[in-house]
Amino acid sequence: MAAATAFDEMYGLGAASAEGDVSLAYRSIQAWLQDSPPELMAARRRQAELFFRRIGITFAVYGDPDAAERLIPFDIVPRILARSEWDRLELGLKQRVNALNAFLADVYGAQEILRAGVVPSELVLQNPGYCVHMAGRKPPGGIWTHIAGIDLVRTGPDDFYVLEDNARTPSGVSYMLENREVMLKLVPELFDRVKVAPVETYPEKLLEALASVSPRQARGSAAPVCVLLTPGRHNSAFYEHSFLADKLGIELVEGSDLFVRDDVVYMRTTEGPERVDVIYRRLDDDFIDPLVFNPASMLGVPGLMAAYHAGNVTLANAVGTGVADDKAIYSYMPDIVRFYMGEEPILKNVPTWRCREPEALGYVLDHLAELVVKEVDGSGGYGMLIGPHAPQATLAAFAAKLKAMPEKFIAQPTLALSTCPTATDAGIAARHVDLRPFVLTGSNGVQIVPGGLTRVAMTPGSLVVNSSQGGGTKDTWVVDD
Amino acid sequence: MLSRTAANLYWMGRYLERADFTARLIEATQRLAALPSSYGGAGNAWESALAATWMTQAYAARGLPLDELSVSTFLTLDTDNPSSIRSCLDTARANARSVRTALTEEGWEAINTAWLEVSRFGHALDGREALGPLLELVKHAISAFEGAAQRTMLRGDAFWFINLGAAIERADNSARLLDVKYHLLLPRGESVGGSLDYFQWTTILRTVSAMTAYRWVYRESVKPWLVADLLILNRQIPRSLASCYDEILRHLDLLASVTGKRGPAHRLASAGHARLAQGNIDAIFSGGLHQFLTKFISDNNRLGEAVAEQYLF
Repeated sequence: MAAATAFDEMYGLGAASAEGDVSLAYRSIQAWLQDSPPELMAARRRQAELFFRRIGITFAVYGDPDAAERLIPFDIVPRILARSEWDRLELGLKQRVNALNAFLADVYGAQEILRAGVVPSELVLQNPGYCVHMAGRKPPGGIWTHIAGIDLVRTGPDDFYVLEDNARTPSGVSYMLENREVMLKLVPELFDRVKVAPVETYPEKLLEALASVSPRQARGSAAPVCVLLTPGRHNSAFYEHSFLADKLGIELVEGSDLFVRDDVVYMRTTEGPERVDVIYRRLDDDFIDPLVFNPASMLGVPGLMAAYHAGNVTLANAVGTGVADDKAIYSYMPDIVRFYMGEEPILKNVPTWRCREPEALGYVLDHLAELVVKEVDGSGGYGMLIGPHAPQATLAAFAAKLKAMPEKFIAQPTLALSTCPTATDAGIAARHVDLRPFVLTGSNGVQIVPGGLTRVAMTPGSLVVNSSQGGGTKDTWVVDD
Repeated sequence: MLSRTAANLYWMGRYLERADFTARLIEATQRLAALPSSYGGAGNAWESALAATWMTQAYAARGLPLDELSVSTFLTLDTDNPSSIRSCLDTARANARSVRTALTEEGWEAINTAWLEVSRFGHALDGREALGPLLELVKHAISAFEGAAQRTMLRGDAFWFINLGAAIERADNSARLLDVKYHLLLPRGESVGGSLDYFQWTTILRTVSAMTAYRWVYRESVKPWLVADLLILNRQIPRSLASCYDEILRHLDLLASVTGKRGPAHRLASAGHARLAQGNIDAIFSGGLHQFLTKFISDNNRLGEAVAEQYLF
């Protein structure tokens, strides 16, 4: 499905043909676009690039030495959501993340959902994301995924689908914050015309959520010490790690800055060891403790899991959350929401064929050219097949992979992702977008900053929005109706 | 503060200082090499520049000619030389990047911009014309960073570790510069006080931008012992050894005020500071300037090690 049939968030269905019918939320934007001659837009785009380059907001692309530090393309036309649309999304997101946390507590605890037969046991217990070391454990506050990124796509005025749940270490929130800063510098006049809900409270809310799950409350002493654990400056998201640590006012630590003595975690400081209570870790499970997981990991902290199990330190997110964002589990999310929340899911799931089921596999193989096929534990848009855009040879190769390891894949219909007006070299044009809001959960409840990261496929007609594949970002505005 | 962060900031301070010194040294060497030989235009000016950066052996191992373009490429853009300006900026930026939270946005942007602009010169100089703009750029960039740090950084351990590193490096560079003059520049048979001698001493003053300062302080022609006095004992000159030790001691005291800790670094710095405060240039010359400088450089290195030990780098 190409752009022609997609829902455009400014013009509605039928795209540019009906210029009169601009959605209410986009009226000011349309006027602004019409008032801005192409040269001015071009100048603003150059200015924006300069901002990003100077601040050093770059990301690394693995396996591409020439592009060791690349900028993510930034589009200066904001993506608009009406307050009424956002309010509904917010309810749906809270419901979904509450269900994810309940699911994680359950599969590592009483396993009621498995006994009830709602989700097949083997799919959970033999899942590569299921961490046996966490069975029977209960993290502080019963919270597993403190920071979740829920990827949403839109196909119509009221049709939002969850495309993916990211319950491990979702990234991109620094772009949400920096995009807004750049827009404020670039087009202050537009903020006079449109009243945009602020996103700058995110770091404060994140710090509150982290502090709320500190084990130190139990010990009754002073303010908890939180740190952000990064794999280091060669990691693709290092900029975000340093940015967040800075905004939170906490230390940015590498594994070698921490050590464990008597099941307590300390950081090495110029004044000697300092006790650490909460670790916001941006390091995958596999690497956090070489004594328990990957023994070759130089990035983690030996003994960290022992300190964690002793209740002396909280990890955010908890270990073992990967089982909840597995794409095969995803297909059960509507049932998972009903099971724990006792209500109908507010956000829709994309219909999903689990290739592990022979009937589904048969259907997928027959309709490969119409479907999107994903690896169950994949991310970043790698290893994905977009049937309608794939040449014959690729389809054949993918069919062979599917037959060899069907349990590794799921398939979904190719959704007509909504489009938004986007500044391109050839002027303003429609490009496909998605949306990743960030959902914070602490002992103080669930909080969501209005907005999120809008990713945009910069290539005409393309549906791949991942930054590792050339996607860009937009500032996302929640505006009062 | 994390020990790793402290170490990164300290070394960032040192590397930025070294880049600045190298740029100034090359400029002064150009002047010296351009003099007609009757005025002491020394054929070995570029050799002396290598000696002042302790790169004589590393350079000889490359088998490159001792001419301006080769030596200055080696000292500026050669990334295989760990002390070249480009390597210094690479390391300083890498350090800054891994401790970005300890720097202000403006401080980081100054380093990042310097790095971007110097990277544009590539790995070898296109020709002599490229050298001037490159050196100007480096000096401006380091000043821009110092200005940004001075104006925007919290007066706290991060700021003090950067300054401590810079002061220790500056002391080392000044001492090496003087030492090189003392035992390498003067060809056999050339009389002390001759015209060659005069231009070499003024070159040293120019390297540290202290030519005018010399005139203001001494109001007489350039004399070796007065140049040494200026660069070793004069507290008004920011690159003199005495000034550097004022700075070092001050920053160690400030750090102690936060950490409440005094250790081997304080003892060594205080001892060094006292020696310079009580020093007298006649005594230094009679004991041998070279001996004095050699001991100073090794004491200064010991101080660097003691800082690492005291703050658990």
